[in-house]
Amino acid sequence: MAGKTLYDKLWDDHLVKQRDDGSALIYIDRQLLHEVTSPQAFEGLRLAKRKPWRIDANLATPDHNVPTTDREKGIDGIVDPVSRIQVETLDKNCDEFGILEFKIKDLRQGIVHVIGPEQGATLPGMTIVCGDSHTSTHGAFGCLAHGIGTSEVEHVLATQCLVQQKMKNMLVKVNGELGKGVTGKDVVLAIIGKIGTAGGTGHAIEFGGQAIQNLSMEGRMTICNMAIEAGARVGMVAVDGTTIEYVKGRPFAPKGESWDAAVNYWRTLHSDVDAVFDKVVELDGADILPQVSWGTSPEMVADVTGNVPDPAKEEDPIKREGIERALKYMGLQPNQAITDIKLDRVFIGSCTNSRIEDLREAAAVVKGRKVSGSLKQAMVVPGSGLVKAQAEAEGLDQIFIEAGLEWRDPGCSMCLAMNADKLGEGEHCASTSNRNFEGRQGFGGRTHLVSPSMAAAAAISGHFVDVRELLN
Amino acid sequence: MRAFTQHKGLVAPMDRSNVDTDMIIPKQFLKSIKRTGFGPNLFDALRYLDEGKPDQDSSQRPLNPDFVLNQPRYKNASVLLARSNFGCGSSREHAPWALDDYGFRVIIAPSFADIFYNNCFKNGLLPIVLEEKIVDKLFREAEALEGYQLTVDLEAKTVITPTGESFGFEVDDFRRHCLLNGLDDIGVTLEDAELIKTYEDQRRQAAPWLFGAGQ
Ligand code: SF4
Repeated sequence: MAGKTLYDKLWDDHLVKQRDDGSALIYIDRQLLHEVTSPQAFEGLRLAKRKPWRIDANLATPDHNVPTTDREKGIDGIVDPVSRIQVETLDKNCDEFGILEFKIKDLRQGIVHVIGPEQGATLPGMTIVCGDSHTSTHGAFGCLAHGIGTSEVEHVLATQCLVQQKMKNMLVKVNGELGKGVTGKDVVLAIIGKIGTAGGTGHAIEFGGQAIQNLSMEGRMTICNMAIEAGARVGMVAVDGTTIEYVKGRPFAPKGESWDAAVNYWRTLHSDVDAVFDKVVELDGADILPQVSWGTSPEMVADVTGNVPDPAKEEDPIKREGIERALKYMGLQPNQAITDIKLDRVFIGSCTNSRIEDLREAAAVVKGRKVSGSLKQAMVVPGSGLVKAQAEAEGLDQIFIEAGLEWRDPGCSMCLAMNADKLGEGEHCASTSNRNFEGRQGFGGRTHLVSPSMAAAAAISGHFVDVRELLN
Repeated sequence: MRAFTQHKGLVAPMDRSNVDTDMIIPKQFLKSIKRTGFGPNLFDALRYLDEGKPDQDSSQRPLNPDFVLNQPRYKNASVLLARSNFGCGSSREHAPWALDDYGFRVIIAPSFADIFYNNCFKNGLLPIVLEEKIVDKLFREAEALEGYQLTVDLEAKTVITPTGESFGFEVDDFRRHCLLNGLDDIGVTLEDAELIKTYEDQRRQAAPWLFGAGQ
């Protein structure tokens, strides 16, 4: 019999019941909650007079709607009354059901996908769900982590289980070493560019290969974060020494004997050598250059040294129309050099790239330089209160401020512009977030997805540049 | 949940692939803490010429005449014909809520994004995957013939055109069963409460570090 993949192992370990019709009940170890996708779930519980099954499996924080300035005012600092009600509703629900919440003024507040790992609330081998598609982030720890809808949030609250169909196994292998200035973000953008936004649909993707193994946990999280942009609900990386080192000593991580037992188990969380995948895609790390998205879908990416595509050269009529539509929306010309794209704003943040390492990379580029006068705004939004504190302890905030970038309070911010931070119509933004859909960062806004160091380099130049030219 | 057995309705063809959930219901409308009332803002940025705001009377807003749902012939459509990878992007269940609130009952496409597909079933909405060739054909027919209706029979797993042509589709048995009977998923799962408890007890023994934190 063939060996098991990491996904097979995680699945088998959490299988409560296999139903005859192919669906299964999967036990959920951790649910993360935030204000946007939970209110209707709590309401549903209440209406059905149900109680949460296991309160200690849940952890909540507001992130999507929180302002990134004036945070000492707490909830009163949320100007939009509708946003405020949503955050207040989360507080009320967590208080009522006794769920631990890092509230808006808590130092530990932050984007759910940043605080889970940071607290050790994300542990290897767990099943993790959250009403947010970027829950795949946690798969970087050898977890089975799914984004779910609100009805499922309610289902997990009430039963601690999720009804699932087993997905297929897919391996994306990045061989060799990455070049200088090439980050996890570039790797994942290059992967999506290669396999497309539906390339992983129906599959759980395991990211492997030497280039992935060499990455830090931050880099792995960035990659798993965007698995969903390749259509896969689940992205994973096998557990290794880097994973265990990262988890050690975190507030929710096991201690003492329990730690040793956990580590023994965690060490088994990798695909067996003879495991069989339904689909395998291989890339050579050395071929990957810094990436920039030019269109309105994350698969519309190019090397920074490349050009915007010419729809006239596309043979598939549906694709051609997609390119034409994207270029029109983005206000770009066919064949335009990527480095000729001028920017209005720069956003460094989001659950994809707002961890300490991301901020360090960006700071290294802007240090001793100034933001281009042609920009309207460049801002850095750390992923959590603790990331912010750490960055300040390292003096990164000063580097950003001296260079002319704004240093903000933690939250989702301009990643989806549900709070006050957004793009104006027609504005181009170099963004470290994960979605460049039409209007994502503000009505008519034009998003270009890049790594933190590429965003920082763009902030200095006012247009895209190959960050490798600025690194010495 | 509302049961779904059979449905016959007017078809609106939306000729665009990779329609993401941000497009189906833009983020400014996600601030609601309710499940209803999203219909007027379905496809907001495509449907109206101005920028939509929550709590606004959308009936007074300028419509985009080019958008398919604004064409009089598609008024009261309840079957949405779509292109591949429909519902990609954010996991927001507000997307099926908005489609449902608008009046759609069925969405037909060559492929759907996983989370969206799943969310539809929880809300009495039926997503149907048909081969690209068949979808192409339905597009041609729906565009050519005003008042084009399709009949969907979930029991028989068929889509039937006005000329009586019938196409079979796949849907997994559990989802079909729940939808046909309007069953509440949570209720069904809780029938296995004992099994869940047994599993949980074993897990507490095997991996005690997963319990008790977070309190
Ligand atoms: S940072 Fe962006 S992608 Fe991440 S959870 Fe927040 S809104 Fe979603």
